[in-house]
Amino acid sequence: MNTGTQSGEALPARAGLGLKPEHIDEIIATEPDVGFFEVHAENYMGDGGAPHRALTAITSRYPLSLHGVGLSIGAERPLDKAHLARLKALVERYRPQSFSEHLAWSTHESGFLNDLLPLPYTKATLERVSAHVDAVQQTVGARMLLENPSTYILFEDSVIDEIDFLEAIAENTGCGLLLDVNNVMVSAVNHRLDAFAYIDRFPVERVGEIHLAGYDETVDGAGDRLLIDAHNSTVADDVFALYRHTLGRTGPVPTLIEWDNDVPAFPVLLAEATHANQMLDAAPHWRDVRVARRA
Amino acid sequence: MDQNAFASALLDPTLPVPGGVTSARGEADAARFAVYRNNVAVSLSKALGQRFPVVQRLVGDDFFAGMARAYIATTLPDSPLMFAYGDTFPDFVAGFAPAAALPYLADTARLEAQWTRAYHAADIAPLTVEALAGLAPELLGGARLAPHPAAALVRSAYSVGMIWQAHQGDEVGAQTVMTPESVMITRPEFDVRVHVIAEADAVFAAALLRGESIGEAATAAFGTDPTFDFGRAIVGLTSLGAFAGLAS
Repeated sequence: MNTGTQSGEALPARAGLGLKPEHIDEIIATEPDVGFFEVHAENYMGDGGAPHRALTAITSRYPLSLHGVGLSIGAERPLDKAHLARLKALVERYRPQSFSEHLAWSTHESGFLNDLLPLPYTKATLERVSAHVDAVQQTVGARMLLENPSTYILFEDSVIDEIDFLEAIAENTGCGLLLDVNNVMVSAVNHRLDAFAYIDRFPVERVGEIHLAGYDETVDGAGDRLLIDAHNSTVADDVFALYRHTLGRTGPVPTLIEWDNDVPAFPVLLAEATHANQMLDAAPHWRDVRVARRA
Repeated sequence: MDQNAFASALLDPTLPVPGGVTSARGEADAARFAVYRNNVAVSLSKALGQRFPVVQRLVGDDFFAGMARAYIATTLPDSPLMFAYGDTFPDFVAGFAPAAALPYLADTARLEAQWTRAYHAADIAPLTVEALAGLAPELLGGARLAPHPAAALVRSAYSVGMIWQAHQGDEVGAQTVMTPESVMITRPEFDVRVHVIAEADAVFAAALLRGESIGEAATAAFGTDPTFDFGRAIVGLTSLGAFAGLAS
């Protein structure tokens, strides 16, 4: 499936890295073997200056994944038209090979909260998110990938299973899915679910990209394990194991190592990418599109 | 779920976990909801720390976190662009009573706010000294200059330029505090420049950036300091990249 946006190309099915300002000089000087770079769209929405110079240099050498963190697609309030216009301009300027956003919301009547907040899975929220994804794709002029969330709470109102919810949005809008394997592990532990069973039911034919990241661990008020989607460390062994299991169903898929906090020296990120590439090399070259999830 | 009620509870730790929130045990758990509260507070505080690193060093991490928390309670970002969050932070700092012992803190924040604006400003080639020299002398006095999008002037009763400069390296450099300073911030290409300029030059620059003619601006500068060096000032400001061109 072509998951490209406007360039007509897709990301390569290799490991990619999040682009961090402190690494840019080293990347441009050494041109390391990285499948693609991913940036948070909002960091490149200034008018000009060094960020755009850096992104121009990177996109002349590497495929780009544009990953939004501010659209608030799950919000009750309407989408921010000014923000959509900025996103459209960025897509037109850099022609990323992939564009993705989150199943989450971030806005309050008094402003932007800068966190990816959860929503209940109901008929009403399904219709709202589908309408927002439609509007995003039409305005930006690109197909998007929607990412599964990591969550710490549940809602009494939720009546739709998360995978069914994501698949219905994809079905309604034609969007693809971004499967964050770390988020699957975090949510599964936090809600006493089986992460491997979640992967086994996921509609892998719709997956255009995978995310991997490190998590933090704490306990909740009752002493139950609580994983935090922290993006501040190496990918945990159990997440790499879940990733290997995922690749057994998806085949090779573009895979991002996310490390956004306490960012290490660039070679540490490269080592994580190498680890992921070894698993990608060993993955079967087909996708398991059995509809086992419907059983 | 009412998202505004959920968000209000995130922003006010004295409010209970919102109704309808539960866990796999079938009950609400304050520690779980607190993860979201913490994410919001920490991520916004971090955004302010990235924009105001010298202010953070001046007061220390703990004090800064408390000041940031107090600001966040009054002002959330008005867009998802975190580099633009905190335009009103300098004014908040000026009125933040626990920081009153550091009277130069707010102006340091003003300098840092302008630094970020300059860093992200549009890529426009500044007016060159050569282009300025090409202007007929009889037209010079009446001409107006268009400010470069990155250009900003911060005028302070304190040595904000020296304070800022002293905190750019790992080691804090020598600094005095009580000397009034005016700081011109520009970005002629990709690197932001921070220059302390003389008082009369600052009066001149402020008038030009406000759109007054070169003649009016020079008159104001001479009024401040009869020894004002017009040629050096206009060439200096132009060389720094303060102007985009002649205003039409």
